[in-house]
Amino acid sequence: MDIFAQQMVNGLVLGSVYALVALGYTLVYGILELINFAHGETTMMGSMIAITVIGALFGVAPDLPGIVIVFTGLLAAIPACMLLGYSIERVAYRPLRHAPRLAPLITAIGISIVLQNVAMLIWGKQYIAFPTTLLPQGRHEILGASITDVQIAILFLTVTIMVALVTLVNRTRLGRAMRATAQAPAVAQLMGVNVNRVISATFVIGAGLAAIAGVMVSANYGQAHYYMGFLLGLKAFSAAVLGGIGNLTGAMLGGMLLGVLEALGAGYIGDLTGGFLGSHYQDIFAFLVLILVLTLKPSGLLGSKSVERA
Amino acid sequence: MKSTLLALSVAVALGLSMTAQAEEAVTVKIGQSSPLTGPQAHIGKDNDNGVRLAIDEINATKPVIDGKAVTFEVMSEDDQADPKTATIVAQRMIDEGIVGVVGHLNSGATIPASKVYADNDIPQISPSATAIKYTAQGFKTAFRVMTNDEQQGKVLGAYAAKLGKKVAIVDDQTAYGQGLAAEVEKAAKAAGAEVVAVEHTNDKATDFSAILTSIKGKAPDVVFFGGMDPQGAPMAKQMRQLGMKAQFLGGDGLQTPKFIELAGADAEGAIASIPGLPIEKMPKGADFKKKFEEKYGQIQLYAPYAYDAAYVMVDAMQRANSTDPAKYLPELGKTSFEGVTGKIGFDAKGDLTSGPITLYTVKGGKWETLETVQP
Repeated sequence: MDIFAQQMVNGLVLGSVYALVALGYTLVYGILELINFAHGETTMMGSMIAITVIGALFGVAPDLPGIVIVFTGLLAAIPACMLLGYSIERVAYRPLRHAPRLAPLITAIGISIVLQNVAMLIWGKQYIAFPTTLLPQGRHEILGASITDVQIAILFLTVTIMVALVTLVNRTRLGRAMRATAQAPAVAQLMGVNVNRVISATFVIGAGLAAIAGVMVSANYGQAHYYMGFLLGLKAFSAAVLGGIGNLTGAMLGGMLLGVLEALGAGYIGDLTGGFLGSHYQDIFAFLVLILVLTLKPSGLLGSKSVERA
Repeated sequence: MKSTLLALSVAVALGLSMTAQAEEAVTVKIGQSSPLTGPQAHIGKDNDNGVRLAIDEINATKPVIDGKAVTFEVMSEDDQADPKTATIVAQRMIDEGIVGVVGHLNSGATIPASKVYADNDIPQISPSATAIKYTAQGFKTAFRVMTNDEQQGKVLGAYAAKLGKKVAIVDDQTAYGQGLAAEVEKAAKAAGAEVVAVEHTNDKATDFSAILTSIKGKAPDVVFFGGMDPQGAPMAKQMRQLGMKAQFLGGDGLQTPKFIELAGADAEGAIASIPGLPIEKMPKGADFKKKFEEKYGQIQLYAPYAYDAAYVMVDAMQRANSTDPAKYLPELGKTSFEGVTGKIGFDAKGDLTSGPITLYTVKGGKWETLETVQP
């Protein structure tokens, strides 16, 4: 086995998930210049809802092919999270549209804690299992690295979604409205763009992506938990900042880079420092990157200048 | 005439008050502390249920201590498996007037809390804290009804060496995981195995692919994990994802139904130990299992130990004929009790004088007994 190749695969799979969640942060930031701190919890909700639907469906129709059951779970989680994203925007952001920047930031954190507790009440405090047995169990060796069917699906889905999203933003009416709103909301409104609807659409799309990411994480690790969104959200946020928050390609790049960095960091830090630092420092890489980027290049790798207005 | 009447009524009143005193019912609070929220809440609630079952049974016998009818009451607190919270709930329970405590569940919570109990002379029996340090601090109030990590680690380390020459060790950096892993490392080396990697993670992680990849590079025959099931399950899963053939081995934190539920098919073949006998082989195990499951459902992990701990505490009170901590504490040290989990007696430190350790393996989605070892 090639250790380096394997760590790259580990990193890319991890990074795909960060990237998908980071897209949600970046979409909202791009339009509102506001960080939706409840986004990590939306991911968690997606995972929990999917598991519940999968469990129920398996109970009713155990003879359906596993992949169909899981896919139904995913398809149920996406609109549910979209509705959640829409509600979050209506409850926590729209009333504060013209309030000082700090206010919606605090309501966002409030919403994220509320969602955690709601999830704890519904699904309990325990880890719940994702029925991974329903998914293909194949494992492949590529360039000396091992990769599973589920992981290939994760990579493929992430890239597809990324392409679809870039097309949406650059080629559709909604995308143009989004870009216009991002640039100058007041002017866009004068030009006949329904700004509120565009902002809602952004939250809804971001939440849909979060649902997909949540299902991917729990399918890959086989479990979900009411608290899982917190660290995932923070890391994805770091990824978005690394790539240049507000920039879609940047979020994707930042997510992948962060995943790879984390995998390589955790895998080699022990050997590099002669055991002085160990793999348990895995989680600090994301935040080290966040601090470094913010001090050295606040606009991120692909970020635009507009960030400096923030 | 009047004075006779007065004297008579005084006498009657006195007599009444004396009988009243003899039948005076006192409520005695016994503390229970474990994580009731968070990832280990299922195990924490299990301990709570164990104590409640014991106390309900004891209350049903209408115990009389020092001439008073005693009703025991469980004061259950959530320490969130967190060291800081543990000391806070310990103080809260003492302020509420508990006379003894069954807890805490985790070594990481038990050790800092044990100082609070010791400072207030409140006897403490942990059903499940296995870290060596707990009883090594020299507190005369600290007891446990489970073999410690040294005893368990010795067995696991020797077993790891039996399974293969090269052993890799991962721990979750909690007092429990790290303590057990350190003992396993020592014992595996002593038994002639080579420890090829020692890695650490934390008790909230789910991604171990990077750590496992670097371990895989060292081609171990056995991977030992010192930690709990929410980490052990994805670790077992990721070993399969990486195509690792090494034997997955763990301590009592992994020997739960939850581990199998979370790891699914990838749990198959994993080996884990628990201090003590399997429930079927415990002297009163079958009876306990029936009683417990009727009331609370499936036993998660330490419920029989929590149950025994509560009984041992009340047993000492009955022998001392007092619920005063200062009076029954010396009796606790002299315990000789036939519990559900086996014969319970304490050495000078408060550790069990005897205690077997049983190894289990996952077979067909169930934990099956491999063998019982006497350390």
